[in-house]
Amino acid sequence: MASLISYLKFEEESKRKKLWKTGYELRDPNSRSETSWRSESEQRIYSTKLVDALRLVRRNPSTADKVSSFREIREAADRVLAVAAKGRTRWSRAILASQLRLRLANNMKHKRAKVTGCSRPKRLEKKRFSPTLQRKAGLLSRLVPGCRKVSFPNLLEEATDYIAALEMQVRAMTALTELVTGPPVDRLGSTSNS
Amino acid sequence: MSSRRSRSRQQSGVSSNITDEQITDLVSKLQQLIPEIRNRRSNKVSASKVLQETCNYIRSLHREVDDLSDRLSDLLATTDTDSAQAAIIRSLLM
Repeated sequence: MASLISYLKFEEESKRKKLWKTGYELRDPNSRSETSWRSESEQRIYSTKLVDALRLVRRNPSTADKVSSFREIREAADRVLAVAAKGRTRWSRAILASQLRLRLANNMKHKRAKVTGCSRPKRLEKKRFSPTLQRKAGLLSRLVPGCRKVSFPNLLEEATDYIAALEMQVRAMTALTELVTGPPVDRLGSTSNS
Repeated sequence: MSSRRSRSRQQSGVSSNITDEQITDLVSKLQQLIPEIRNRRSNKVSASKVLQETCNYIRSLHREVDDLSDRLSDLLATTDTDSAQAAIIRSLLM
């Protein structure tokens, strides 16, 4: 029974990997349009979608304890960020996939072991990289979601995009926090509500 | 079976031979993003240093997001729902 389950898990993982791979290859890597994480409009879109997501979080006051609300907010922030990437990058797809997997596992009420990429550790590049460089590349690959087995150039590309996206996430969330912290009086005229 | 697939994944890119030039190009692009290195103003930064600083930078960004999520969760828990959210929405969509 255990072997059947692990076989099914493996099948499912392979199918999922195939889907990701096909989706990735259908896009010509040379003409991949990039998200401009620095633009104001991108940040505004992100902030709006984040607010929507946070509103949904608040609707369940049953998750009143601090840890789970922190988790939900963090996950919402990452999910909205990943969606903003529009499936163009590996890290964004990995974030969405892992969140989905967790949700399914929780819904089905049995804990599936998280299948990470470490089952078959592979060196990123077979040639000419010093062990120091390989070690640091390995560290980096663990920090960028979904990039444990990608080639070195892809890893650098993903990291470049990921950093720009993270910076935007920080900008947007900082602005949001400041909005909620300092109750803006004059501009918005919200004092009449309380 | 999956090893065959993942091997072919590596070779299915533009070319299986990744040139040094491509790599130094990508490394220098990464270099531009990292404030640590950008502000230091030296042109010669080793790839190993770039990778190390990249890791550090990503970790610090993760920490910032964690910290912001924490603050948001505190703030949203204590602020009155309607007025705060109405204010946010109004200012974000205007």
